[in-house]
Amino acid sequence: MPTSQRHKLMMTLLGWVVAFLVFFPVLWMFLTSFKTELDAVSGTPNLFFEPTLENYAAVQERADYFRFAMNSIIISFGSTILALLFAVPAAYAMAFFPGKRTRGTLLWMLSTKMLPPVGVLVPVYLIFRDLRLLDSHMGLVIVFALMNLPIIVWMLFTFFKEVPKDILEAGRMDGASPRQELRFILIPLSVPGIASTGLLSVILAWNEAFWSLNLTTVAAAPLTVFIASFSSPEGLFWAKLSAASTMAIAPILIFGWLSQKQLVRGLTFGAVK
Amino acid sequence: MATLTLRNIKKVYGDVEVIQDLSLDIEDREFVVLVGPSGCGKSTLLRMIAGLEEISAGDLSIDGERVNELPPDRRGLAMVFQSYALYPHMTVADNMAFALRLAGVSREERMAKVGEAAKILHLEPLLDRKPRALSGGQRQRVAIGRAIVREPRVFLFDEPLSNLDAALRVQMRIEIARLHNSLDATMIYVTHDQVEAMTMADKIVVMNAGHIEQVGSPLDLYHHPESLFVAGFIGSPKMNFIEAKIVSVGGDGTTVALSDGTEVTVPVSGGGLSPGDAVTLGVRPEDLNAVVEDQATGADLAGRVVVAERLGGETFLYTEVLGDQTLNLKGPGAMTYRVNDAIRLRIDGATCHLFRDDGKALPRLARNPMADLDAEPAVPGAAG
Repeated sequence: MPTSQRHKLMMTLLGWVVAFLVFFPVLWMFLTSFKTELDAVSGTPNLFFEPTLENYAAVQERADYFRFAMNSIIISFGSTILALLFAVPAAYAMAFFPGKRTRGTLLWMLSTKMLPPVGVLVPVYLIFRDLRLLDSHMGLVIVFALMNLPIIVWMLFTFFKEVPKDILEAGRMDGASPRQELRFILIPLSVPGIASTGLLSVILAWNEAFWSLNLTTVAAAPLTVFIASFSSPEGLFWAKLSAASTMAIAPILIFGWLSQKQLVRGLTFGAVK
Repeated sequence: MATLTLRNIKKVYGDVEVIQDLSLDIEDREFVVLVGPSGCGKSTLLRMIAGLEEISAGDLSIDGERVNELPPDRRGLAMVFQSYALYPHMTVADNMAFALRLAGVSREERMAKVGEAAKILHLEPLLDRKPRALSGGQRQRVAIGRAIVREPRVFLFDEPLSNLDAALRVQMRIEIARLHNSLDATMIYVTHDQVEAMTMADKIVVMNAGHIEQVGSPLDLYHHPESLFVAGFIGSPKMNFIEAKIVSVGGDGTTVALSDGTEVTVPVSGGGLSPGDAVTLGVRPEDLNAVVEDQATGADLAGRVVVAERLGGETFLYTEVLGDQTLNLKGPGAMTYRVNDAIRLRIDGATCHLFRDDGKALPRLARNPMADLDAEPAVPGAAG
């Protein structure tokens, strides 16, 4: 076999192994969710067992899955829309009208991500209590939007940088106001970039646990709170926890699968013109 | 239809003066070409006129009204960009109608105007296509169409042909010139290509390092360059420059001597120079003649052919004379000189130029009649 072909085969094999290693915990969780609690904790890992749906029934009986799922959807999409409303104009200004401090501002925004959230938990909690935002959708929407804003602005900034300046200047010559420039030219041209940015923001918000655990109790609690409630002090119920986790990641997994094409297009945007 | 007046225009980026105190008048319906090497400020000047760059100091007026602070669309200008800058997500028709759509013009009127412009530019079969499905020349025509539809007072062109191949460039050059005649519009055109400048302009503005070197008609600049820079920039191949010293200054011209003692009398005034002063003699390649051996006199320069470029109809010879001085010669296609052949060159003083050591030209005693051929502004319809 020629070396180039063997090299290709090795790389393919390696790719599959890495992919399997990454995917394995999810697969194991999925399988465990169909085992009895007894099978789940048995010392010998077992691939062959009698599947049961009792865990799903038990989980649904203990907590209303659909309410948590609905909260997750409202909060992750709501926060993404709110963040985009601020990030699009911000990235537009930074990409096309950079000032002396634009670079510094971008870095500063990113640096806020270095701050451990727990450092501001108490002040945020107190402010939210006074504003009556605790355990409300609006509260989490605001927190998640702010949390993801730096990344969203950065991503949009990079996408907007790819749009030739001439095209926007042509728009200005044609009499477009900044708002019309955004609406008729920049946004339509950046749809792939905006979509993949939005997608990433939705996923990040969906996975967020720290703020949702601390700022919600029941009414606005998303799926991360739902999962946490199954790792309770009464002991670990592996099978039920697996069932709850499977239900929690299923929607976002399906959503990600459906929009995968858009995501890849967005992440490679501008590579080929 | 508009006149433009630029008074003491300046552009400063930080500490760098990109445009220094520039004044220029542009007449109604004139085709003005701003030409100069890269970085001379010609594009910046155009963008300041367009309103895309702020004017640091000075006044820009269109039809007598100061427009420094007006946004681009309120100045009544349209611009054609080097990159075409079409909206990639819109069809050709939508691209051309965009300005009208923003201005709130009704759909029927928009389509009528787009149809009219498409007819002029032969774009009718392409109206429903997206820009990516067009060739470079077609994109350029759409960009021009987008400008026409707005019925601007002034058209601005920023190196519009530099992305096209040579054949298309010639064709578009003719189309733009024809458009200028039929639209009766004032046009300002930026290019670094002196051939475009020579062929299209009513008036050429030669720029260098942020200031204007000379303004004039193409043949005026060709026959009466005011500086070494303009002389070297206008004309292709480039004018030859030879170091020389003044021998005598008289009523019928100034006589200079080359390093080998060859004397040439040029019909220019002495400009206060005296014998012994260093000057530069300029000879255009087309004014330099090769002399056959049996007609040679002592006044010819002996040299050797280094490179011969044969274009069929004409021949460019690069020769070495006076030691290491390179002189270019443009001759007929039938020239038989080959590389390393000996050659004798004759300089005809009547066609030469003289430049002082500060780069300024010594004024000619008489104007070349060709230089004033285009002095009258183009009469609409007369040439069409």
